Amino acid sequence: MIKIENLSKTFGHLVAVKDISFTVNAGEVLGFLGPNGAGKSTTMKMITGFLAPTSGEIYVSDHNVSEKPIDAKKCIGYLPEGAPSYGEMTPAQFLDFIAEIRKLSEDVKQERKKVVIEQLHLEKVLNQSIETLSKGFKRRVGLAQAILHDPEVLILDEPTDGLDPNQQHEVRELIKSIAPDKVIIISTHILGEVDAICSRAIIIADGKILVDDTPDGLRNKSSSNSLNDVFREITSGRLS
Amino acid sequence: MKNISTLFKRELSSYFATPVAYVFIVIFLIMSGALTFYLGNFYERGQADLVPFFQFHPWLYLFLVPAIAMRLWAEERKSGSIELLMTLPISVTESVIGKYLAAWAFIGIALLLTFPIWITVNYLGNPDNGVILAAYIGSYLMAGGFLAIGSCISAITKNQVIAFIITVVICFLFLLAGTSLVLNFFKVWIPQNIVDAVSSLSFLTHFSSIAKGVIDLRDIIYFVSLIVFWLYANTLIVEMKKAD
Repeated sequence: MIKIENLSKTFGHLVAVKDISFTVNAGEVLGFLGPNGAGKSTTMKMITGFLAPTSGEIYVSDHNVSEKPIDAKKCIGYLPEGAPSYGEMTPAQFLDFIAEIRKLSEDVKQERKKVVIEQLHLEKVLNQSIETLSKGFKRRVGLAQAILHDPEVLILDEPTDGLDPNQQHEVRELIKSIAPDKVIIISTHILGEVDAICSRAIIIADGKILVDDTPDGLRNKSSSNSLNDVFREITSGRLS
Repeated sequence: MKNISTLFKRELSSYFATPVAYVFIVIFLIMSGALTFYLGNFYERGQADLVPFFQFHPWLYLFLVPAIAMRLWAEERKSGSIELLMTLPISVTESVIGKYLAAWAFIGIALLLTFPIWITVNYLGNPDNGVILAAYIGSYLMAGGFLAIGSCISAITKNQVIAFIITVVICFLFLLAGTSLVLNFFKVWIPQNIVDAVSSLSFLTHFSSIAKGVIDLRDIIYFVSLIVFWLYANTLIVEMKKAD
């Protein structure tokens, strides 16, 4: 479970996130929507403990992220924006490194490595350095890293960015298949993705939550019944 | 501890996965050899010791250690992988120490590979190997000092060139802190006891006494506390600047 209470973040004069609160329970897939610069990534960075909030509290699986960051981070799998990794390593070495930092035992490590390599189709590139891989493979290596330790909480910042339609479909299927017992937050620009995998959507703009609803509920807000229209109307302030 | 060793292994193997390691080691060995034989007159002076070899180490390190240190954090910040590292269950202190120790171990490997000069001097004469061992230890500690400064500075910027230049300048000041070049600058406007304190920070003074074979506890404490101080500053800066 993720519980966020009155979370705010300011950078100097710039207010990136303004007093947001929400709770996500196990089994939910929350889609985080909003224009660029809305505060999606900033919020995700605070949940994962990368950024310290200016005010407010975040609880991940009952661990307060500010007070017990290491305990919270153990429960989280995180794909940062742009899927950064260590370019000179191969995916096999990279996953070994992550498994070791995550303190997986040798048996579990071998087992999980096998599973995620299969799930993300990394077999062919396992021994090629990451910097030589295509954007789609880099993203999939980042995803493999995030789910390697089978975390309770999964935070994915634009998981399907840079993937071709087939790969997007596969990643969505993957997220759906692991969703039932997990807390998942994904940010995306692709509204179709919200329909495909999210059980709930939050639209955020200028650091504030504008809408928190199911994809269907969201669609009903618009006369044309289209998510795209709802998104445009809400974020441009014509509907609230 | 486990986290430090995991990160240490990753970092150290990453040196050898890129040309960085080989370029550094080759340049270090060629330069230290050339300086010893040409500028140091290793043969001509006709003494069985490694003074001509060790006396150039401070100057070699002045440029080569910042070149190793500059990438430690600047690269991590530039590529964004710092976000991955800092969201793994590992503390900032552990990552600073793990990365630092890997770079220091790497410099240690380069230093150990200078062993042919030790064989040469033992073949040519009967040097005091205790003195040579002490000088190696002193040299390695001094490299560790330079590296701690470089690691800290590298966390300030995403730009490796800036990290390199600032580190060289700071290391240069530490190197020459005991000489009139630096002291005259301070003498004009600060009291004498602080000038004395500045002069006691000199790398050269502390290194040269170890290089003569005198392992004084004060010199060891000097280098160790210098390293601890800069690495502590390093953790604060990483914490502060990681998300910029």
